Amino acid sequence: MPKILAVGEISNGVLKKASRETTSVGKRLGGAVDAILLGSGASAGVAELAKHGADTVYVGEISPYNGEAYAKAVVDVVKSKGYDIIILPHSWIGRDISARIATALNTGVISDATEISLEGDRVKIRKPVYSGKAFVNLKLKTSPQVVTIRPNAHPISEAAGAGKAETITVDASSAKAKEVKFEAKGGTRVPLTEADIVVSGGRGIKGPENFPLIEQLADLLGAGVGATRAVVDAGWCDHTLQIGQTGLTVSPTLYIAVGISGAIQHMAGMGSSKYIVAINKDPDAPIFKVATYGIVDDLFQVVPPLKEELKAALGR
Amino acid sequence: MNTLVLIKQVPDTEAKINVVGGKISEAGIKWTISPYDEIALEEAIRIKEKSGGTVTAIAVGDDSVQNALRSAFAMGADIAIHVKVENYQMLDSFGIAKAIASAIEGADYKVILAGRQGADSDNGQVPYILGTLKGWPVVPFAKKVEVSADKATIVCEAEGGEATYEASLPVIITANAGLNEPRYPSLKGIMASKKKPIESKTADISAETKIEVLGFEPPPARPAGRIIDGADAAEKARALVKALREEIKVI
Repeated sequence: MPKILAVGEISNGVLKKASRETTSVGKRLGGAVDAILLGSGASAGVAELAKHGADTVYVGEISPYNGEAYAKAVVDVVKSKGYDIIILPHSWIGRDISARIATALNTGVISDATEISLEGDRVKIRKPVYSGKAFVNLKLKTSPQVVTIRPNAHPISEAAGAGKAETITVDASSAKAKEVKFEAKGGTRVPLTEADIVVSGGRGIKGPENFPLIEQLADLLGAGVGATRAVVDAGWCDHTLQIGQTGLTVSPTLYIAVGISGAIQHMAGMGSSKYIVAINKDPDAPIFKVATYGIVDDLFQVVPPLKEELKAALGR
Repeated sequence: MNTLVLIKQVPDTEAKINVVGGKISEAGIKWTISPYDEIALEEAIRIKEKSGGTVTAIAVGDDSVQNALRSAFAMGADIAIHVKVENYQMLDSFGIAKAIASAIEGADYKVILAGRQGADSDNGQVPYILGTLKGWPVVPFAKKVEVSADKATIVCEAEGGEATYEASLPVIITANAGLNEPRYPSLKGIMASKKKPIESKTADISAETKIEVLGFEPPPARPAGRIIDGADAAEKARALVKALREEIKVI
C-alpha cells in the first residue's frame, strides 16, 4: 500500500472542509493516511481529522500564511518520513503550494481532480480542461505523486484513525515574499467553494439595489452567494463573489442561477454542480440546457413567492 | 526595469472543443493569447511606461505560437522569444517551465509576469515551477502591482480576503482578472508587429515531462432537466420547492 499524506487547512482552530476531503480521499485510496495541518490553532484539528482516518497528524503554527515556508515544511515531512502520494485541496493554498512542493521533490503535479482512483500504485485522475468543454485522464510518471482535488467534489467519509499529533516547526524567516497586510472579505456566509448550496445572480437582476434578493434567498438556505462576471464588472457586488472562468470554481450540491443566461465562461465555474436550478425569463437562455429544473419567468415575480415557500417548507 | 511575460497560446474561449479518438481535434479552432496572460502583458507594458526598460514575451510550442507572439508585439512587447519544442503538450507544466528556464538563462529580468492559469489546462503551475527552479519568489492572483528598484509590493486575492505581499526581485507575479484592462493593439502596432523579428530557441523537453496523458473525453451529458410549469410565478415557485424537497431531497 502506498504511504499517503493528506494536506489539510485550518484557520484560527477551525478546520476547513477541504481537510476532511483530502483525508477521506487518502483513506479511500490507501488504507492508511497521515495528515498535515499548518495554520493558526492547528492542533485543534487533530481529533477531528482522526475521525476521517488520519493516523499521524503533523501540526505547525504559521501566521501569517506563507507559501514558501508552507511548501518547505511539507517537503521536509515528505523527505524525512517518505510518502508516496501527497493529496492537497485545489484551494487557494493548494494552488499556491502544490507545484512548489512537486518541483522541490523533482516530481510533477496533477491538479483539480474531479475523480481520483488508484491503479496499481499510480494515481489516476480526471479533470476538466478548456473551461469544462472536455475532460482529460492523467497520471504522473514520477514519484512521489502530488495531486490536488477539486473542493466539494469528493465524498467525506468516517473512519477511525490514531490521531497522533506530531509538532513540526515552520520557518518563514528566509521567505523572499512575505505577507505584510491582510484584509478579510466575504463576511459571515459560508465560503463559496465549501457551500452545499450556492445562489447566484446575473445581469437579469438589473441593478445593485436588487442584489439583496439574491442574498436573502441564500440566507434562507444557508447558502453561499455568487455572481456572474457581468454583475461584478458592473460593480453590483464584490468581485470575490465572481463565479466562472475568471473567478471561482464551485461544485455545490445545488446551484441556483437567478437571472443568469449561462455564458460558457460562467458555466466553466459551476458546470460540475450536482443539481442546477435556473430562473430566467428568456426560454432560449443556454443555462436551461444544463438545468435540472428551469423556471421560465420574470425573476422579480418568482423570487418573492419562492422565499415565502422556502420559509414555510423550512419552518423559518 | 526589464520584464518577462509568459505567454500561452490557447483556443479562443468561444471555441468549440471536439474530442476525436481521445484527442482534441484542432480543426476550426481559433487560437489566441490566454486571457490572463494578456492581463500580465498589459501590466508589463505599464511597468515599462512608468519605469523604462524592455518587455519580453516568451512562448513555448510549435511554430503556430508565433501568432501569439505577433499579438504580443502588437500590444507593445519589445522582444519576443519562441522556444520551439517537439511534442508540445499543453498539460506538461514541468516541460514548459524547464524550456522557459533554459531559454532565459543569464538574462536579467526583474519582474516576470504570467496569467494565473492557462485557459486551456487551467493548471496555473508553470510560474511556481519556474520560481522553484530559479529560487525566485512567486506571488499569485495579483490585483495591484507596484515595483520599486529593489522590491515589489503586490495586492492579491487570497484565501478569505485580500493580502498584500512584499517580495524581493526578481519576482514572479501571476495576474488575476481585474488587475487591469488590457489595451487593444493600435493599427500602427499591428502593422509593425508583422516586421519585428522573433528570437528563436529550441529546447528538448522530451525527457522532462512528468505527466502521462491517458486521453481526452467529451464532458458527460447532464441528465435531462425539466421546465417547471405553472399558471403563475407563485405556482412555479411552489412546484420548485416541492421538487427540491421530494425529488432530489436537497433542502
